[in-house]
Amino acid sequence: MEAVRYIDAITQRYASLGYAPYRWYVAGEAPPFAPLKKTLSRSRLGVLTTSGCYVAGQVAFHYKDDASIRLIPMDTPTDRLRFAHITENYLVDARRDPECLVPLTALRRLRDEGVVGELADAAISCMGGIYSQRRVREELIPQVEGVFRQQAVDVALLVPM
Amino acid sequence: MSLAARHLEALGMPTLCLGSALDILQAGAPPRAVFVDYPLGHSTGRPFDRANQERIVRAALTAFEKMNAPGGIVRLDASWNDEAWRAAAAATRGDDTRMPRDTSPQYQTEDDRRLAEGRTQHR
Repeated sequence: MEAVRYIDAITQRYASLGYAPYRWYVAGEAPPFAPLKKTLSRSRLGVLTTSGCYVAGQVAFHYKDDASIRLIPMDTPTDRLRFAHITENYLVDARRDPECLVPLTALRRLRDEGVVGELADAAISCMGGIYSQRRVREELIPQVEGVFRQQAVDVALLVPM
Repeated sequence: MSLAARHLEALGMPTLCLGSALDILQAGAPPRAVFVDYPLGHSTGRPFDRANQERIVRAALTAFEKMNAPGGIVRLDASWNDEAWRAAAAATRGDDTRMPRDTSPQYQTEDDRRLAEGRTQHR
């Protein structure tokens, strides 16, 4: 089965509505690559979700290039997880069961089984629909890097929505 | 997401992106990616299916350890069964499904707003 071609479909749809084309990030060169320094079973795993997840009681994300982050403690009960993302139409199921985007139960289980050595205390969450690549580079990414460093994670799992 | 992955990797931190939009992953070229062919909004599995969610996260972490060259995208063996979602996802005509761009926090529920605002006032 051929995968859905989202870039083509979305580009054409917004063109037909009269919008300027969305500028997808297209990598200009091959990615850097950092080999794992130790096995996953001995590594501390950090998590970043771009789903706009927040915990009930936290300030929600807004829809205009919100480049802030929230920390989602890994032991948060699933029924405390909420979402705020500019493309809300993709959140229908996640609002019923957040773990189809933020799989805290699966992560804890894989930690308990020893597949991964440790989990960082909290997952990092951001709102992925940010139209300014400059703000992603200058505001969002430094915060993510700072938290991962503070958490002393060895490897990071990144889950786009 | 790919921008963040590439940045972290350049600093020496291994990353893996687990996503369900293959062409967006290909365009962003993160260092390592696992593709799950589910509708957007289900990067880590089907709702209320803990076994499926665990299988997907486990498979992604397993791939993480095995990938040893930059730019690889592993395609998970996963199908949604009902394929009707593909036509809607690939539609080139239709409404703008984005919410209006707004700088006020967009709470999922009014209770969330009250909880957050109450906490802010007492901080």
